[in-house]
Amino acid sequence: MASIDIANIQKSYGIHPVLHDVDLKIGDGEFVVLVGPSGCGKSTLLRMIAGLESVTSGEIRIAGRRVNELAPKDRDIAMVFQSYALYPHMSVAKNMSYSLRLRKTAKEKIASIVSSAAAKLGLDPLLERRPRALSGGQRQRVAMGRAIVREPKAFLFDEPLSNLDARLREQMRAEIKKLHKDLGATSIYVTHDQIEAMTLADRIVAMNGGFVQQVGSPLDLYDRPANLFVAGFIGSPGMNFFEGTYLNGTAPRFETEGGVVIPAQPHPALTDGARATLGIRPEHVEIGAEAPDALKATVDLVEPTGFGIILHLSFGRSGFKAFTNDRRFLNASGSLPVRLPVERLHFFNAAGNRV
Amino acid sequence: MKRIADGAAPYLYSAPALILIVTVMLVPLVLGVSYAFRDIQLLNPFSGAYVGLDHFRALSEDQAFYRALRNTLWWTGASVLLQFVFGLILALLLDKPFYGRGLAQALVFLPWAVPSFLAGLNWAWLFNPVVGPLPHWLFGLGIMSGPSNILSDPQLAMWGPIVANVWWGIPFFAITLLAALQAIPRDLYEAASIDGAGPVQRFLSITLPFLAPTIAITILLRTVWISNFADLIIVMTNGGPADRTQIVASYIFTQAFKRLDFGYASAIALVLLALLLAYSMLIVILRQWLLSKD
Amino acid sequence: MRAKPLFLTIAHRLAILAYIAFALFPLYWLLKVAVTPNDLLYSEGIRLWPSHASLEHFDFVLRHSAFPVFFRNSLIVSGSTAVIVTILASLSGYALSRFNFRGKYWLVALMLLTQMFPLVMLVAPIFKILSPLGLTNSLTGLVIVYTAFNVPFATFLMQSFFDGIPKDLEEAAMIDGATQFVAFRQIILPLTLPGIAATLGFVFTAAWSELLFSLMLISGNDQATFPVGLLSFVSKFSVDFGQMMAAGVLALIPACLFFLLIQRYLVQGLTAGAVKG
Repeated sequence: MASIDIANIQKSYGIHPVLHDVDLKIGDGEFVVLVGPSGCGKSTLLRMIAGLESVTSGEIRIAGRRVNELAPKDRDIAMVFQSYALYPHMSVAKNMSYSLRLRKTAKEKIASIVSSAAAKLGLDPLLERRPRALSGGQRQRVAMGRAIVREPKAFLFDEPLSNLDARLREQMRAEIKKLHKDLGATSIYVTHDQIEAMTLADRIVAMNGGFVQQVGSPLDLYDRPANLFVAGFIGSPGMNFFEGTYLNGTAPRFETEGGVVIPAQPHPALTDGARATLGIRPEHVEIGAEAPDALKATVDLVEPTGFGIILHLSFGRSGFKAFTNDRRFLNASGSLPVRLPVERLHFFNAAGNRV
Repeated sequence: MKRIADGAAPYLYSAPALILIVTVMLVPLVLGVSYAFRDIQLLNPFSGAYVGLDHFRALSEDQAFYRALRNTLWWTGASVLLQFVFGLILALLLDKPFYGRGLAQALVFLPWAVPSFLAGLNWAWLFNPVVGPLPHWLFGLGIMSGPSNILSDPQLAMWGPIVANVWWGIPFFAITLLAALQAIPRDLYEAASIDGAGPVQRFLSITLPFLAPTIAITILLRTVWISNFADLIIVMTNGGPADRTQIVASYIFTQAFKRLDFGYASAIALVLLALLLAYSMLIVILRQWLLSKD
Repeated sequence: MRAKPLFLTIAHRLAILAYIAFALFPLYWLLKVAVTPNDLLYSEGIRLWPSHASLEHFDFVLRHSAFPVFFRNSLIVSGSTAVIVTILASLSGYALSRFNFRGKYWLVALMLLTQMFPLVMLVAPIFKILSPLGLTNSLTGLVIVYTAFNVPFATFLMQSFFDGIPKDLEEAAMIDGATQFVAFRQIILPLTLPGIAATLGFVFTAAWSELLFSLMLISGNDQATFPVGLLSFVSKFSVDFGQMMAAGVLALIPACLFFLLIQRYLVQGLTAGAVKG
């Protein structure tokens, strides 16, 4: 196990920069998830840590040792690929033991390591099979097994679950979490799926366009998104945004472009009349509340999900969503009273940063 | 250190192949170009002097060369056209699934595996009235006045190598076109049928446009290749009778192999190369022009 | 689907049969003459099968002619060429498939160029180069020349097979502790075995068929390859049709064997090397 320090890492292909000045300290035993849309640079960063991509500038240290110039084989890390990358011409046991055989580990030792890893992952009956003869979930397990037999300094996961169907993905997610609890190994996990990020991570690194947007615990990112990107990326259905003007005075309020006035708390960082974006999560929108400060919203569409109901509402031309568990709203139509609680509002300045 | 090693890896992998290509193909090519301006006779130890454009002057008055040029056009045009037409028909026939298709495909593609010299000999024997049936059949059908060998008839001799070439080359066109045919999404045909297109309309509005790029590139490359393909002619007629089947490529070979006049052979080769380049350029320009017209 | 009219189906099958007949007839005739005894050759010239067949021509060719030597020479030349080309092409094809390097464009351009110009141009210069090295009239010389001629095409062919193998696999191997070359040897090459077989087959067939350069470079019977031997036989004893065709049938065997072997990869090979025949 080891810590990983990433200092001022940059990456460009020719003149095209893909990663800008990434700084990240990953503690011993920590589970860090890199999350972001495709093309945000998260996989590139992971592959740079693995040694599969060269570093344009900056420094990567594993357990305090600079690894920029080290070949992947000398970094003592293990990686689980999205495609699993199992060797098709080797049996499951041979796949799992390949790294040990390359290191000329004694035969008896290999056998005992492989069988204990297989037991941990429930792979014992499959050891002599070829990857072709395995289901997607089993292949995924073999890929994990190949990583854990090594007892490496760190585990790297590159979207390991995205080729599985939804049910299996949930199950494997839990298994990865359990495995991490058992082994306590430093892990870096790349995904575009915010649910995976929220459920697995000790810390999430949200990335977009080659920049790190926010680093923090899952609840940090949910409760206090640093900017519009993180606010919109974390959470499902996504956060509602209204563009408009912040008005100070005796009763601080926010006036949307459509002229709807929403009461707010005082925000010292916003001046009177400043352009701003107001955000609120659908699950925080209160509907049906006959309060004096309630607003009238039109019901456009009702989407039942079984667990709850997503209501598509609008103030004039600006649409938004509300999420509720109250089945009374299954047949909602016409207009509804809606309240946006002041303590649940997020404000972002004209640059898109949280205030 | 690692950066240098990383950068060198692809060169290390490709170095053996590259060295071989350069020494056995590129160097001789350059040398061959220089021979075109020198007097190189294998049997004459005093040859080797630079003669400037002498070979080209001689070439411009060489009637045999002009005849070879005309024969090349005839040989290439007829071979490519027939190979393409029969290859396309075969590809269309094989595109539909039917019982025994795998076997039929293997059998009709077999000629492609026959070594070209053997294909040439084989057809020369078939045309030989002593052991071959073809002259007798042609006579029987009333196409020929007597069971004679067309390879020794100056008027007809070229047909011998052309027929052998078509037999040998149909599989190439068929395989390439079949691959292109099978890459056409099937649902396009279903959509067209639902829209009311008949078989002919489907062929014209889906199959042909999809095949067009493959057809164009295959014909271009095959034209260049066949115009250089002298094996069949050398085996079947050796250019005869009376130079009636001599194409430029076989003429070069004859000059080098029989007369050992490497200088003159290289000069002809250079002219052939220039003509082929001009042809390829013409095709590329034509394509650009057609594209810009759309 | 509607049932197709019966006559269309019949026409389709007949057309296929016609193609098969056209493709096989010359080979059939080769075999037929080869098994026709000399005394029947002229009297039963155009019968589809002789009234009695014999293997006397094969017997003569195998025991009393130089053809076994030609056959052996051709096997040596084609076999060595196929093996060497496949090794070189695996390496260079891997470079083209897996690396982005500055010289790549030029390497590909050079290889394409070698496929475009008439090889007959090289007959004279190659003879001039090889002759002082003692490599004319030598099988080694032929192997060198054939290897160079076939490497570009084989490189493109191998590249297309490598392209079909996910890059993840060797990355996984490198993380497991392999160098890139070990990953290439232990992971990628075993997975490319079908491609290697196809390349061996293509190159073997090409070398087995080559005529012009062996005619030019080989003069004696001792070093003659099959095409050269057969041609010189034809020009010297052009009446022994039975024996020649028996020899022809023998020359066909290895080519057909390889054809059957590579049949499955024909399309891939032709699309990879659409530049060559």
